[in-house]
Amino acid sequence: MSFELTILGLILVPLAAGIAAFIVTRFAAILAVATALLQSLFAFRLAGYVLSNGPLRYKIGGWGAPLGIDLYVDGLSALMVIMTALVGLAVATYSTSYFAIPEHGREHRSNVDIFWPLFLILWSALNALFLSADIFNLYVTLELLTLSAIALIGLAGTVKSLQAALRYLLIAMSASLFYLLGVALLYSVYGTVDWELLGAQMQFDLPDRCAIVLICVGLLLKTALFPLHFWLPAAHANAPAPASALLSGLVLKASFYVLLRMWFDVFPYADLRAVGNLLGILGAAAIVWGSVQAIRQQHLKLLVAYSTVAQIGYLFLVFSLASEPSASWNAWNGAAYFSVSHAFAKAAAFMAAGSLVFATGSAKIDDLAGIAQQQPVTVFAFALAGVGLMGLPPSGAFLSKWLLLNASLSSGKWFFTAVILLGSLLAAIYVFRVVAKSFEAGERQPTRHVPALMQWTPLVLALLSIGLGIVATRPLELLKIGAPVAIEKTP
Amino acid sequence: MTTVTLYALCGVILFGIGFYGVIICRHLLRKVMALNLMGTGVFLILIALARRTPGDRPDPVPHAMVLTGIVVAVSATALALALLRRLHRETEIGDLPHDAK
Amino acid sequence: MTLNQFLPLLVVFSSLIPGCIIFLLGEERRIARTVLNFVGAICMIFFVSLMLWGVHRNHVYEVRYPLIDGVDFALHADPFSLLFVTLSAILWLCTTIYAIGYLEDSPNRARFFGFFSICVSASAGIALSANLLTFLIFYEILTLTTYPLVVHRGTPEALRGGRIYLAYTISGGAVLLLAIVWLRSLVGPIDFTEGGLLAESVNGNRTTFRWIFGLLIAGFGVKAALVPLHGWLPESMVAPAPVSALLHAVAVVKAGAFGIVRVVYDVFGVEFCSQLGVTTGLAVAASITIIYGSLRAVYQDDLKRRLAYSTISQVSYIALGTAIAGPLATTGGIVHLVHQGLMKITLFFAAGNLAETLGVYKVSKLNGVAHRMPWTMLAFTIGAMGMIGMPPMAGFISKWYLGSGALEAGQPWVSLVLVASTIMNAIYLLPIVYSAWFKEPDGPWPHDHNHGKFETHLFLLIPPLLTASLTVLVAVFAETSISPLNWARFIVSREYQP
Repeated sequence: MSFELTILGLILVPLAAGIAAFIVTRFAAILAVATALLQSLFAFRLAGYVLSNGPLRYKIGGWGAPLGIDLYVDGLSALMVIMTALVGLAVATYSTSYFAIPEHGREHRSNVDIFWPLFLILWSALNALFLSADIFNLYVTLELLTLSAIALIGLAGTVKSLQAALRYLLIAMSASLFYLLGVALLYSVYGTVDWELLGAQMQFDLPDRCAIVLICVGLLLKTALFPLHFWLPAAHANAPAPASALLSGLVLKASFYVLLRMWFDVFPYADLRAVGNLLGILGAAAIVWGSVQAIRQQHLKLLVAYSTVAQIGYLFLVFSLASEPSASWNAWNGAAYFSVSHAFAKAAAFMAAGSLVFATGSAKIDDLAGIAQQQPVTVFAFALAGVGLMGLPPSGAFLSKWLLLNASLSSGKWFFTAVILLGSLLAAIYVFRVVAKSFEAGERQPTRHVPALMQWTPLVLALLSIGLGIVATRPLELLKIGAPVAIEKTP
Repeated sequence: MTTVTLYALCGVILFGIGFYGVIICRHLLRKVMALNLMGTGVFLILIALARRTPGDRPDPVPHAMVLTGIVVAVSATALALALLRRLHRETEIGDLPHDAK
Repeated sequence: MTLNQFLPLLVVFSSLIPGCIIFLLGEERRIARTVLNFVGAICMIFFVSLMLWGVHRNHVYEVRYPLIDGVDFALHADPFSLLFVTLSAILWLCTTIYAIGYLEDSPNRARFFGFFSICVSASAGIALSANLLTFLIFYEILTLTTYPLVVHRGTPEALRGGRIYLAYTISGGAVLLLAIVWLRSLVGPIDFTEGGLLAESVNGNRTTFRWIFGLLIAGFGVKAALVPLHGWLPESMVAPAPVSALLHAVAVVKAGAFGIVRVVYDVFGVEFCSQLGVTTGLAVAASITIIYGSLRAVYQDDLKRRLAYSTISQVSYIALGTAIAGPLATTGGIVHLVHQGLMKITLFFAAGNLAETLGVYKVSKLNGVAHRMPWTMLAFTIGAMGMIGMPPMAGFISKWYLGSGALEAGQPWVSLVLVASTIMNAIYLLPIVYSAWFKEPDGPWPHDHNHGKFETHLFLLIPPLLTASLTVLVAVFAETSISPLNWARFIVSREYQP
């Protein structure tokens, strides 16, 4: 199997499977799981190519820029593709069980039928986004991603989920148009949309600055950085659990990935210190605000959704921390690795939450009293995912925080040091609120039986998020390949 | 002022009006229309940009972009309308509550 | 000698793997669980003895695994780590026996024993850590796995105790993380080295290093229950007796004390600490803790809370011995790590027996209890005498070395602290012994469970007697080559090597 087949397969296989799943609904679940397995294989092969050959570029159909579409893969994008593959595999496994439960689908047969095609197309869009070589393709893939995400949010068909979906649609679509306007501006000046070429030419004059602002605003809205996070909790909490896992774990990472690319590859020579600091401070505010809100929630899935608001904040610290050359390497790696470990932990947390909600038949945290005795595996999975969110050792988030802390100390930005530590403490409060509740003694109604796949998949994923702290050398080695020039100087 | 600048300015104004509408309008249908207006603004700018190359032949790339953009806008609008109808059937109201959780 | 190299890892795994399997076995497989526990405990003791033998002959045991560039997960065995890990292994075996008897017929035993085993591997990991990061990893694992044990009963008090426990320890962990990252960003990766190694690499800003030292001590101080960071310990006494016995008397608090010793001797180096002027601060904090803990213990009527305050006070002997820069005092502090563990676990076992067998929790209800449970109270009495420091019990040796060490180091005020503490030890322990043996019972016991031939379940009786006899033996045979005291001297001789 050649490199071309691998990189195209990553995009085309889920797309084809999605269309097939739409037509042949009976075999949709099997098709999706098979695709997921194949994708994991492809993803690791792709990483293998990158590790042995360095960054690779592929011209689809041999056309080349500007009319043709180029694909590009380096360490960062390969890592993101692997993250998508593993989380996607877990979500697919979980969903086979989840949507087999009557109240999640059988009654509304159409919801199940539509989940699988949406899921597969979302996957295809994610891979295409991570492998895009130009900023206009990033726009198209972002849109594909957003459209399937909107439909996933509305999948439950309740009034709340429809409202959340519409709200998300309006926000995300306006955000995309901001982004597109920025792209148009850049194209008008430089006549190219390839981000490598753009990065070499950027001047940082007025049109460039306008474009940067437009692109940033669009991407911040999509990534739900505080205070633009208002749409997120409703959207992520009202979607079906597997969809929430995808949205919080992967979809947000896609727009963050675009911003990370833009910031370090397209705008590296622009003096963005002030904007970077602003983003960092907003990130810090997100950590505090999101965590405090999570602590105050009464509903389990809302708690997890607000935790996402908080965790997204960590990612944005990189824009401030990396402005110091001595800290940029640690900061960039920390943010990239954080987004991977958060994807695992958060997807696990949402899936475990979904299982708990199903077991108790209630979305409230108070109704979880004493559930640890009856659902030990799921509670354990939630707690482990919580460890991944708190960033306690030896989880992947711990190493990311270690890198970020190192960056904040070596750049002398004490404020961020304090916020990173405070965020861990606040995360401990909201995670242990749930865990403590589940340990409460007393008589409780017997819970419903949770299918084995819905118990064990979150646990495995949570264990993976912990395991990321143990196997970090390989992914970090991968990240070095094709890492932005601006930070590569200071390993 | 050249024609290109005029078109581009017009596009920017449309974009602004559209964004204003998305934020201010209460009824969802209006919001969706405002969204389309925003899109139209961007497309207008892109079309104007096609004149950036010297000579009579316009640059084809922005045109290709606009076509793609229109496809996206149409799908998004269709999805929005479908959701809107579903919501309307469930609730009989056409706007979003302010504190939806 | 590849297997040799992996011995530290095997020690950690010998309780980690049984722990994980116990989870998977489920509630009903009692015999399999018990067998696993014992196999694990015996394997651990076996591996530890192999290493004891090897380290004595200057073998090096080290496992190293890079987490990220320049940050290693590393385990190694030096004399000091072996002292702690031996203690953990032996007391784990005792406590396992005890816990099987104690938890008979109570719910959620699989969960209990699973987390219990993982706790033990965490404390073994702490003992064997070769650098601060590895230490931190196990330190946090210990925090997390102790929590389910503290809240095991699920009562509101247990949940409250668990909440307070977490609030202290997770904050402590965050402080520790800050200090470690900071230190690393200043001097690069450092392993624990006998004699410390900061002195050479530091030039210039001493204030920064004072700060880091303070943060490190604060982080470890939470677990070592240094005043004012001790609040969690009495509250955690809601946990079942085996947890209080092993974890809160030995593993958790000792992990904190162990960390303090490591920081002073193996990271900063005792001379550098004196130059920075931080040892006096530590000595004062430890002294305050000793006095305060003893004082509070006097006023507790709940037996386990009284023992908890006594723990707070006694554990600081270790910190005190560390802070007095001198070989004798250090020997006293280090050997107290073992002695205090043996004595305190005996007391907790006995207290647990009283609660489990007779339903007696209060000191004021103990009148004449020795007539009903003579063997338990015999163990308790030996432990109490040891705590007070009477020869020929273990506590005497520690106090003797601490006192003479203080005089040797020219800090006679420390002896005053020791004397005051000893008097208060007597005040809060002797009345218990007196009323148990010499007063008449007030009436029938609240919940008298009859266990047939013996005064209580045999599994509850063996461990306290075992640890009580160890308390006497380590003191009587203190001068032999295999005693903890001798091993502590061995450690100190290496720390103070020129």
